[in-house]
Amino acid sequence: MANAARTETRTEPRKRETSRAPAPDSAAPSGTENGATPPPLFETLSGIPVKPVYLPEDVKPGLDERLGEPGKFPFTRGLHPEMYRKRLWTMRQFAGFGSAEHTNQRFHYLLAQGMTGLSTAFDMPTLMGYDADHAMSFGEVGREGVAISSLEDMEILFRGIPLDQVTTSMTINAPAVVLLAMYVAVAEKQGIPPEKLGGTVQADMLKEFIAQKEWICPPRPSVKICVDMIEWCAKHMPKWNSISISGYHIREAGATAVQELAFTIADGIGYVEECVKRGMDVDEFAPRLSFFWDVHNDFFEEIAKFRAGRRIWAKLMRDRFGAKNPRSWQLRTHAQTAGVSLTAQQPLNNVARVAIQALAAVLGGTQSLHTNSMDETLALPTEEAATVALRTQQIIAYETGVPNVVDPFAGSYFLESLTDRVEEEAMAYIRRIDEMGGIIHAVERGYPQKEIADSAYRFQMQVEEGRRVIVGVNRFGGEEEISIPVLKIDPEIERRQIERVRAVRQRRDAARWEQAMKDLRDACRTDKNLVPYVLDAVRAYATLGEISDLFREAFGVYREPAVF
Amino acid sequence: MARKIRVLVAKAGLDGHDRGAKVVASAMRDAGFEVIYTGLHQTPEMIVQAAVQEDVDAVALSILSGAHMTLFPRVLELMRAAGIGDVLLTGGGIIPKEDMAALRRMGVGDLFGPGTTTTAIIDYIRGATRGDTAAAGAAGQKPARSGPAKAGSAR
Amino acid sequence: MSLVENGAPEAEALLERVYGARPAAPRVGITGPPGAGKSTLVAELALLLRRLGKRVGVVAVDPTSPYTGGAILGDRVRMSELSTDPEVFIRSMATRGSLGGLASRTEELAELLSGWGSDITLIETVGVGQSELDVAQAADTTLVVLTPESGDAIQSLKAGLMEIADVFVVNKSDHAGADQLVAAIRSALALRAPAPWRPPVVRTVATERRGIEELHEAIEAHRAHLADPKAQGGRREKIRARLKNAIRERILEAAWERQGLAALLDRAADQVLGGAVSPYRAARDLIERITDHGERSPN
Repeated sequence: MANAARTETRTEPRKRETSRAPAPDSAAPSGTENGATPPPLFETLSGIPVKPVYLPEDVKPGLDERLGEPGKFPFTRGLHPEMYRKRLWTMRQFAGFGSAEHTNQRFHYLLAQGMTGLSTAFDMPTLMGYDADHAMSFGEVGREGVAISSLEDMEILFRGIPLDQVTTSMTINAPAVVLLAMYVAVAEKQGIPPEKLGGTVQADMLKEFIAQKEWICPPRPSVKICVDMIEWCAKHMPKWNSISISGYHIREAGATAVQELAFTIADGIGYVEECVKRGMDVDEFAPRLSFFWDVHNDFFEEIAKFRAGRRIWAKLMRDRFGAKNPRSWQLRTHAQTAGVSLTAQQPLNNVARVAIQALAAVLGGTQSLHTNSMDETLALPTEEAATVALRTQQIIAYETGVPNVVDPFAGSYFLESLTDRVEEEAMAYIRRIDEMGGIIHAVERGYPQKEIADSAYRFQMQVEEGRRVIVGVNRFGGEEEISIPVLKIDPEIERRQIERVRAVRQRRDAARWEQAMKDLRDACRTDKNLVPYVLDAVRAYATLGEISDLFREAFGVYREPAVF
Repeated sequence: MARKIRVLVAKAGLDGHDRGAKVVASAMRDAGFEVIYTGLHQTPEMIVQAAVQEDVDAVALSILSGAHMTLFPRVLELMRAAGIGDVLLTGGGIIPKEDMAALRRMGVGDLFGPGTTTTAIIDYIRGATRGDTAAAGAAGQKPARSGPAKAGSAR
Repeated sequence: MSLVENGAPEAEALLERVYGARPAAPRVGITGPPGAGKSTLVAELALLLRRLGKRVGVVAVDPTSPYTGGAILGDRVRMSELSTDPEVFIRSMATRGSLGGLASRTEELAELLSGWGSDITLIETVGVGQSELDVAQAADTTLVVLTPESGDAIQSLKAGLMEIADVFVVNKSDHAGADQLVAAIRSALALRAPAPWRPPVVRTVATERRGIEELHEAIEAHRAHLADPKAQGGRREKIRARLKNAIRERILEAAWERQGLAALLDRAADQVLGGAVSPYRAARDLIERITDHGERSPN
């Protein structure tokens, strides 16, 4: 198709120009109100040119088929016939800092405020598979999320929270299997079997290698463990989303909307292929695959992205993978407003940004949504800011009337044209990745990483040249002192956490622990599904760090290709 | 032969957000610097050993995790112990002004918060290493370092 | 090392002092097309050498941007495990647009690493431009690293790349096409005139630490071959080429730095542009002037 060919070549040359342009000694001053303003960019954040007016002929024929009805293939207009009229999206605000006790308190608070699902953030050591007393954890325990080193921490984290009545999302990747096992073990102690548990574990390692960079082992064993979780949950936890195939981090790392869409879907294809290779029937697990989009500033492009995403996935699942169950065709997604779009300068502006982004997500048909707090650029949010973020969603839900109509922009010449265009450009990337032999090969070669680095650089240069305006930063202000509030994390937390994990190691049944670790170690040398072995280890109070070290030994430690 | 400014760019600690560090490294390359990019998860020991071996003019750390008050001083301490205490130590991230001031008093250079342009960082490093360069450039030798960190020893 | 890289006057004295102070560490050059996994291979080789108790020097070469003069030297990223080991010295070097100057500079850094006490120095290059030929010159043993993805391209591989290899490495040898690549290399080698050293083909999967011992053995075998008096001819050739290179560079540098020559070059370029004189004639004239100057005034 002429379009596809054009888009394929288009992305390459444009990148080369901007990234190689020598920065002159006398840098052009960024546009201010008084200075010469550079020509505005009439293009989306992905670089798709945008016309002043769209007419019927801007929409390619055959729209009805491309649209379908909400709740029917290809789900462009939404996953359900009535969407939010029947049930609002889940308002799921990320929380977690300090110790398990602190986070448990924050959970109770948010539940009382009307939040309908729990979402957990973990600290860096936990995310990277280190116990609180590891050398690499120094200075970072409890700083950006909750510290979990053992099952005991998990028990405290969910104390008093009936796990069969809430859904919990855990944002964890490299050691996700450990946290999943701990959650199941805590529920066990509450007398709740895994079948009753609802929630999500992010566990998307491919995007780690592409963007977020929280890894332990190299891509292949990491993906294998993700597939273990998908397989095990398909059998034992039917209400659980065993993976959240994420575009958010890819976007935050600098990708455009098109790249976010393309690489995330390519990741999805990768996981589905691995599951199918293992002998699973696609309809066995596909209904529980979930996604996670960023919602950025370009209002209409974001809505188009959500719609194009659903359409692409539906077609792939039905036609490429032969899924028969309509629920396998549905791209269910969580969304989060773009952290990277928030500014430290004039933080109150962020409330407006988040509101508009949240609106785009709702118009895009998201299943659940997290809205960022205005002070989040600089530190973990304060309680007040977190509340405003939640209220923003509630205002959209109850005061604007937007949820009363499904996909209200359908048929818009602009939006349909944009949705088609976003789909085409994303598919060009997906085809190229297929030609490379799939996403794992592409990642090992550094292809998506390089695309993202180029986009990030191009964006920064546009900002510094003043062609992209960031209100309060390179225009309308930017002179004031940013006061970065210090959300002081009590160093006591680190000390106490270290004490606790050491006490756990002392107290536990050493024989039981040893046996469980041995069994896990042996299992790592085989093709067996590791989840049951990790469960036993966790029940024996093996720590997160110990299990991660076992993986390091068995599978090696990943070293990234330095891609620029 | 024209002397090149060599800068070490590192992400210290566990934080994996390298978008900023990579963008700054690319901009430095486009400004004619030689950038030794060490990647993620660098410990202070790794950073300083690299700085010594690569004989850099400046060390630039990107720290977004909030752990700057432990990491910067530790790197500075190790740099001094290794005899490169007068090499410029700079960087950026989410760092409150009070902490920037405290670090500067310890001997760390200027630090850059969110929204800083790459040009500002590059100009700063050029300036902080220039006076030395001009004087020593003709001789092509490693200049004595001036700058905010006055450990006192000239080369 | 910076003194040497920047051509400071003290550099020569330094090199003089270092040369011969310790036995010269053998140098292994690692080159090949981009994406072949050289950095990982170098890291694995270095780790192996460390386990054998050796002190390792690494020179990692990356290209300087011809437009901006800057460079991103990212090879240390793959060598994180080595970066706190005091027995490993890693130095990143940018090509700085040198044509042939790279070989000298690399050699000089390798000399300094010998002086530091390196038992073996690995020199890794980026595989674009002329750098791999330069590295082959500076190294005692040259590894050319290929992957099945570069397989088809044996014919189109840059002239000289096939000739400089003392050892061929097929990395990512778990990928499809590895067997064909090994076969293709072997048949290309079979077409050559018989020589005292037949480059072996070693299969590796660097990311999984496979084939590294075999690679080390191949390198050691080549080293033994070089020590053999029958191989002296080849070594002498290399040394001769090195001297020639070093001299040529210094002469050229000195010549250009002379006042007025830059202006002469500009004038000649204008003349050629204006059609007054052919480029060949202009070059001949300039050469005469340079060599004249070289004779008359001392360096």
